[in-house]
Amino acid sequence: MAYYPHTPQERDDMLAAIGAADIETLFADIPARLRNPQLNLPPALSEMETLADLRELAEDNQHAGRSALFLGAGAYNHYTPQIVDALIQRGEFLTAYTPYQPEVSQGTLQAVFEWQSMVCALTGMDVANASHYDGATALAEAVIMGNEHFRGARRKVVLSPTLHPHARGVVHTYTQGLGLSIVGEDLPPDVAPPDLADLVDDQTMLLAVAYPNFLGQIDDLQGLADRVHARGALLVVMADPLALGLLTPPAALGADIVCGEGQSLGLPLSFGGPYLGFFATRKSLVRKMAGRVVGETHDRQGRRGFVLTLATREQHIRRERASSNICTNQGLMALAATIYLSTLGKHGLRQVAELCWHKSHYAAHLIGALPGFRVVAQRPFLKEFVVACPRPVAEVNDFLLYQRNIIGGYDLGQDYPALKNHMLLCVTETNTRAQIDDLVGALSELS
Amino acid sequence: MLEPLIYDLSRPGRQGVTLPACDVPPTPLPDGLARTTLDLPEVDQLTVVRHFTRLSQLNMGIDTHMYPLGSCTMKYNPRVNETAARLPGLAAAHPLQDPETVQGSLALMFALQEWLADIGGFAGVSLQPAAGAQGELTGVLMMRAYHLDRGDTQRTKMLIPNSAHGTNPATANMAGLDVVEIPSDPRGNVDLAALKALCDDTIVGLMITNPNTLGLFEEHVEEVVAAVHACGGLVYGDGANMNAIVGKVRPGDLGFDVLHYNLHKTFSTPHGGGGPGSGPVGVSARLTDFLPGPLVARVQDQGETQPPHFSLVTPPKSIGRMKAFWGNFGVLVRAYAYIRANGPDGLRGNSEYAVLNANYLRAKLEDVYKLPYDRVCKHEFVVEGVWADAPGVHALDIAKRLVDYGFHAPTNYFPLIVHEALMIEPTETETRETLDTFVDALRKIAEEAHTQPQLLKDAPHTAPLSRLDEIAAAKQLVLCCRPAALS
Repeated sequence: MAYYPHTPQERDDMLAAIGAADIETLFADIPARLRNPQLNLPPALSEMETLADLRELAEDNQHAGRSALFLGAGAYNHYTPQIVDALIQRGEFLTAYTPYQPEVSQGTLQAVFEWQSMVCALTGMDVANASHYDGATALAEAVIMGNEHFRGARRKVVLSPTLHPHARGVVHTYTQGLGLSIVGEDLPPDVAPPDLADLVDDQTMLLAVAYPNFLGQIDDLQGLADRVHARGALLVVMADPLALGLLTPPAALGADIVCGEGQSLGLPLSFGGPYLGFFATRKSLVRKMAGRVVGETHDRQGRRGFVLTLATREQHIRRERASSNICTNQGLMALAATIYLSTLGKHGLRQVAELCWHKSHYAAHLIGALPGFRVVAQRPFLKEFVVACPRPVAEVNDFLLYQRNIIGGYDLGQDYPALKNHMLLCVTETNTRAQIDDLVGALSELS
Repeated sequence: MLEPLIYDLSRPGRQGVTLPACDVPPTPLPDGLARTTLDLPEVDQLTVVRHFTRLSQLNMGIDTHMYPLGSCTMKYNPRVNETAARLPGLAAAHPLQDPETVQGSLALMFALQEWLADIGGFAGVSLQPAAGAQGELTGVLMMRAYHLDRGDTQRTKMLIPNSAHGTNPATANMAGLDVVEIPSDPRGNVDLAALKALCDDTIVGLMITNPNTLGLFEEHVEEVVAAVHACGGLVYGDGANMNAIVGKVRPGDLGFDVLHYNLHKTFSTPHGGGGPGSGPVGVSARLTDFLPGPLVARVQDQGETQPPHFSLVTPPKSIGRMKAFWGNFGVLVRAYAYIRANGPDGLRGNSEYAVLNANYLRAKLEDVYKLPYDRVCKHEFVVEGVWADAPGVHALDIAKRLVDYGFHAPTNYFPLIVHEALMIEPTETETRETLDTFVDALRKIAEEAHTQPQLLKDAPHTAPLSRLDEIAAAKQLVLCCRPAALS
């Protein structure tokens, strides 16, 4: 099933209009010996067969629609109101490009402006951008922004060990050519924020922490910003925006940059993407922020409208002086999150966060009472918590899946040697009491 | 005001969806943890639906209009691909599940890696990059790592033609490299003599777009590649313009060492008003060890009687991961469905008809619009949107006037080497009738430019808004409709 409409007659008429004998004439500038290579791809399928092929692949997956899911670790199973997907499939949103022509792109532009406004509301920050590829790349862009802010005068970055391991990995990948020194990650995973602040010195550009952290805990960040700012450095908070429906906003804790993964705002798990990086900062730092930004203006009749703005920061203007190359971002995902937040509203988002709170604590309370299991939590947690298990996590998960049709938690031993046999469990509003009770019952058999 | 802001539609006490009652005993929240205010709107469901439906109606999209935006490949985005990406087995699988339980996702990714490698003529492919620009960064970091791994530490320069997308030099800068610009020759090719003069043991390599941003196939491409390779450099291919050459020539066969594919251009996944995209990279054999990880590998030890089995592996000298998890998987599903439906002949046909459509427009317009590089083009071409005898009319005016005729504007003022550039890319999915209507519109606009120039300068007349004040936007900087709520 190819989608071009040409009939043989139309093709020939068009070639005649061009003055070309045949299609190959149009490709004569390609070296002849390399032209028209044999491709070893499977033959074409009709639409019906294409879909059947994909259904077969989809059937080979276990997924949250078939099993109770207690796995989070950066990707969360939340309920999405049906209107979100229906609205983002409007062809005028789905099939538009980046809004370079504002007169015919006001829908996209106003939606991005509303998204930026909601990110500011959640984080408490002054300004936000259109989006990044995901939370991990948003953190990497925060580090690059720190580097730009100090114009190379400070080269040290302090990363909390409880930032998402993938996000820390992406920071290393992105900055490998910039000659930075990245410290803090090998501290124990239960390190308290003040101990991280001890690493901040006059050469440090920024300290980045997670809120809640990768282990699900809500660290006490009070006073941290003062210590970081006393050294002249920036505080970056990587937050779960759904948690911000309930928690004190990072701006109130003195953050200079707030970024994170927006998948929890109504985006499907989709095996890891497309997700949604969000990014917010202080107004005084806006010209160092990467990414597309929409601003309000007016047309020639004085009517309110929106445009892409601050383009002089970007690659198509600055070229080799640009510190980020981002252009295409996650526009449709930001639209989905905007519709999600509009639908839930201020009370609905808090309700979701509170349901996560109550259900995860209910689960932790019961699991902590099982012989052999122990809940490890020095601090309050919202939807994820650490459980020390009596046997290897892989063994626990195999039992849960193959005996009880439950997808268990994340094996923390992969990232933290000190947390061998420790599992990160996630409970959201989608997990019913019956599912939690089943999980507890299954674990009790492993005690 | 076309449509109020969602905040202006808010009324205290409304909510667009209800949530289940809490079915577990509650746990009290500790003091000091929770925020006291949250400035999100409160809106009923129908109002949300109408608001975003009305916003959508203020957009042009491929589904409503021809969208000849050069370099962006705005072809039809098949709806079956949307259905595929939403199949529960694919949309509800968690990325950190045991690989044993997501063999369907891994099989799909493995097939796509193999197919893209075959299409590009490469030894390996990573599906991880989330967009073309991220694919560029991936490729350039691999080139850098390759030289460092060989102890070739004095290579710090990246050669980039002056016709390149801005992302190319920005990417080199992100990787900590110095950019050296190469001029173009009178036929729109890389200036070969200038290139050769710069090729020495201080260059990491060359970033080249082929066909280039003029829509022209590089006439000396093999000599260009040979010159870079001869001094130990590597060649990066920007695949933004791949829609011209799928099945016609493989960049790997031309000697390219890295190329990023734009799945949201060549392979029909929708642009979504600014993403999500997907920018996989293909590499020659000497770079496979440096690919970002993890990749999907087929486990070989099962014998022929067992179905194939897939796992995630990270290459030995990997530059690291480019994003969390494995890539923009939902976009990969759509590209997989597209390649599967088209087959090899369909893909080749797409490129042939994309090039036919572009040359047809070029032939029908070249007597009215000046073509600075007048030769057979590939999937797009660039004209000058200006006439000596119509002073005061600019490319921008033509672009805006096209809206009144029912077309999205072409890319304008790029590439920078063409004066008042209009870059037109029709793609293969437009019918001949639509192309003819587009030609009529552009010819009529050329006439208007001479007889009624004000009509162009005031355009668009039929869009939801007239021209917007971009200078005021950058000066006053209103990026958010609410004062920040700090408590």
